[in-house]
Amino acid sequence: MENTATKKKSKLCEVCNVSRPVLKRPKTGEMICKECFYTVFEDEIHHTIISNNLFKRGDRVAIGASGGKDSTVLAEIMTLLNKKYDYGLDLFLLSIDEGITGYRDDSLETVKRNQEQYQIPLKILSYKELYNWTMDDIVKEIGLKGNCTFCGVFRRQALDRGAVMLKANKIVTGHNADDIAETVLMNLLRGDIPRLQRCVNIITGSEGALPRSKPFKYTYQKEIVMYAYFKKLDYFSTECIYAPNAYRGHARDFLKDLEAVRPSIIIDIIHSAENFHFREENKMPVQRNCIQCGYICSNDICMACDLLKNLNSGLAKVKLSINLKRGKDNNNNSNNNDNNNTLKLESTSAATTTTTTVSN
Amino acid sequence: MKVKIELSGGLELLFDKKKVHEIEFSDKNEIPLKDLILYMRDNLLKERSELFVVDDTVRPGILVLINDADWELFGGISYNVEDKDTIIFISTLHGG
Ligand code: SF4
Ligand SMILES: [Zn+2]
Ligand SMILES: [Zn+2]
Repeated sequence: MENTATKKKSKLCEVCNVSRPVLKRPKTGEMICKECFYTVFEDEIHHTIISNNLFKRGDRVAIGASGGKDSTVLAEIMTLLNKKYDYGLDLFLLSIDEGITGYRDDSLETVKRNQEQYQIPLKILSYKELYNWTMDDIVKEIGLKGNCTFCGVFRRQALDRGAVMLKANKIVTGHNADDIAETVLMNLLRGDIPRLQRCVNIITGSEGALPRSKPFKYTYQKEIVMYAYFKKLDYFSTECIYAPNAYRGHARDFLKDLEAVRPSIIIDIIHSAENFHFREENKMPVQRNCIQCGYICSNDICMACDLLKNLNSGLAKVKLSINLKRGKDNNNNSNNNDNNNTLKLESTSAATTTTTTVSN
Repeated sequence: MKVKIELSGGLELLFDKKKVHEIEFSDKNEIPLKDLILYMRDNLLKERSELFVVDDTVRPGILVLINDADWELFGGISYNVEDKDTIIFISTLHGG
């Protein structure tokens, strides 16, 4: 009967002491009401933006919009903060259409509704336009192994190109604290030092590519979903039909298990990673431009062009199977996480040499 | 007692794509949330129960709201569900 007692006893919000609490904050354990939640949620993101100098007046900012919860809340928050604090930004919604029947075409409908709601211009750029391949075509060609590798590399570049078309000078994405903590763990487990070093940066891609930032770097997934729920934001939450079964990955499950015991773990991991010190020799490779498309990369040709070359010559499948035999394609994908995809891509590039030899 | 259950964030896909379920227990006037969750697993869930229940509670990453407020305010899984309660389950595990 103790529970009934707990339920009836109406505690008040720990911030305003007036209203009924609706949420226990994962970061602090505070019990707060709806209005106070909106305020702290918005203020914390504003603080992240200001203290990291993410924008300056006059910036043209493309919001990477997938129609999912994070980017939908990001569009809402960016619009709201831009007005409330007079950032002076021009905002755009940028959606990438991978060409996945029944998945992306539905989520794009959500983005179109967001466009009307927030009155921000929307650009949809498709893999078909950019690469002349849809994900549907790619899966037909290579099957369901390694599809996310293609998708991730293509998306990363597509966002950049779309932003350039919008004459945007910055990109923001909806990656949240949970996503970043998960990436830290994965890079740590794989010993991927260069990515471990970069993945907690709030701004990435500064060398030649457009700067990309993550205003939700310190924002918990739980609060993003609660915010969307209380504000009745309209988002899309179906899984991609080509997501590998291992999609959710051990790192995510592990993190969620730890979080259940100790909710601050997510921010703790990010803080740890921010304080790592790396030796000089782990510096990133020098950036160059792709000799085929001009995109920033660290080899003669960029990953997207490399993958396209294989697709167009019908070699992609052969190449992937070589990769799989070498045990390099570990299929730890996440549609939310460019880092995973790019990592695997390097394995594909490594295998290029092998295939070239084979086909000669 | 009557309980209303709402599923979202992709979780409804495991429950026949139905977002709202009403359940009536004519022989009870309260039920532990844990028993309700196991009841849902055994009677309403159509596929992949491991995406909903792990170790006799909801899978970590699924948010639960009791009458529109975070279940953690009411003791989480140890809460006793009463007549006319609305229990909402939202998955946070689907792509953003
Ligand atoms: S799961 Fe994500 S990365 Fe993989 S094919 Fe689908 S949208 Fe692309
Ligand atoms: Zn309050
Ligand atoms: Zn290129």
